[in-house]
Amino acid sequence: MKIGWILKSRGEWMSSEGGHHPIVISSRVRLARNLAKMPFPGWAKKTERVRILDEIKPEVENLAQMRSSFSEQLNELSAMEKQVLVERHLISREHAAKGMGSAVAINPNQTISIMMNEEDHLRMQAMTSGLDLQKTFRLIDEVDTALEAHLDFAFDPELGYLTACPTNVGTGMRASAMVHLPGLVLSEQINQVINSINKIGLAVRGLYGEGTEAMGNLFQVSNQTTLGENETQIIERLNKVIETLIQRENQARENLLETKRTMLMDQIGRAYGILTHAFSISSKEALNLLSVMRLGIDLEFFPEEGRVLTTALLMETQPAHLQQISQQKLAAEERDHLRADIVREKLKNFPKPNKKKLPGSQAEGSASEAQ
Amino acid sequence: MICDVCKTNTATVYLTQIVDGNMKKVNLCESCSKDKGVSDPTGFALADLLLGLGETQQVEPAVATEHCPVCGFTQADFKKTGRLGCSECYGTFSDGLASLIKAMHKGTRHTGKVPARLFRGIVRSDRLNELKRHLEEAVSKEDYESAATIRDEIRQLELEEDH
Repeated sequence: MKIGWILKSRGEWMSSEGGHHPIVISSRVRLARNLAKMPFPGWAKKTERVRILDEIKPEVENLAQMRSSFSEQLNELSAMEKQVLVERHLISREHAAKGMGSAVAINPNQTISIMMNEEDHLRMQAMTSGLDLQKTFRLIDEVDTALEAHLDFAFDPELGYLTACPTNVGTGMRASAMVHLPGLVLSEQINQVINSINKIGLAVRGLYGEGTEAMGNLFQVSNQTTLGENETQIIERLNKVIETLIQRENQARENLLETKRTMLMDQIGRAYGILTHAFSISSKEALNLLSVMRLGIDLEFFPEEGRVLTTALLMETQPAHLQQISQQKLAAEERDHLRADIVREKLKNFPKPNKKKLPGSQAEGSASEAQ
Repeated sequence: MICDVCKTNTATVYLTQIVDGNMKKVNLCESCSKDKGVSDPTGFALADLLLGLGETQQVEPAVATEHCPVCGFTQADFKKTGRLGCSECYGTFSDGLASLIKAMHKGTRHTGKVPARLFRGIVRSDRLNELKRHLEEAVSKEDYESAATIRDEIRQLELEEDH
């Protein structure tokens, strides 16, 4: 499969094929694995890295799960193509900086991506739409089981899977959910919630992981520890926190509807107004307004059919995606124009916000009942 | 109480830090506390100290020059990058890593997935240890009949291992 095909098609989680959840956009699980007694990618010399890749890549390509996949060395991809993969969470920012001796394989519906010679020899990830970390784990666990029959993974009975960074040792697993929390952000409870999640040993990060800003009210919640608990225990612990997070977000939305209804409707109306009429819009503003549109869909202010469109626009308005569409490198200002054009065009037939549809408008008490 | 670093002098500085919600305590003598820059708490991380990373080469040259026999990685490289050189480094630097790993994680023992290839071996060695314990018990109770049965089972398992 060619990179062009991957770039053109949307992938399972963006098209919500696997079902969706109003608050949890996607579930992701990655496993870190290394070959025994071989230098980790960061310490290996270039020739060693190439040799390791020569051993790993054919095995990855032979996997039943990776049939007719895209698989390529990173030096064969342009900076723009790599950036598109970063924006889709198919490779890490660190991996995009790599070239010769590193590679990536992605299955056709983009639920599985395997980074070769990132920080570890193998970083295998599964990503699905909505909330189902256990299913997502099984997807990547099968890949791991199939690979270990052919590759000698570094494993210690006491410490588990050995990874380049001791923070990943043990299961080598990082499970995360991308959550959309406009209610907690608008009601200014988000910092308090993030702090309490951090206290119990889970990480909350921005849209693109470590050190990135939380744009579009999107956050990633993930486990921070990998040793001392098995995979199922880690996922269950994470699930419990996500369930609580969903409850808190729903409560925040209901409170906003009760106490700040006009402010909420105003925000949704303005988001619609700007997105459908702007001629220049930055990536950050687009993300933030699309987030408010999504909230409007959750609150039935807009029809449900709009969900897939707004999810897809989240990705398609990102800088590298835009340049991919226009097939050229664009200056920031040109990108803002093109972005506005695309959003206007896509939302051309999007219905106006329906005030009557807002829960509680016609039947008082529906919001409080749900509490 | 003696100093955790030099293990000779009496500790006079008692330090407590909370790292990711875990409380860590270290006791230092006056000269070690100065060496580690404890008087300046902002420039001091307990994890570094525990791993021996806060130490300069003059303080403990033996540690700094120790290198992994498989990949040549040194502890100084770890200080620079925060990443290890290869899977064997976990064995080479196990003394320093143990406390760091303990501070980072929920536990110190892996309880998750085991590669299928190793799984059978691990199950067998666990079973062998269990049987050997039972054998000792049986012998100490002078229950020679059970001891003979257990010994046969051990022999059987050890035979499988050779294959």
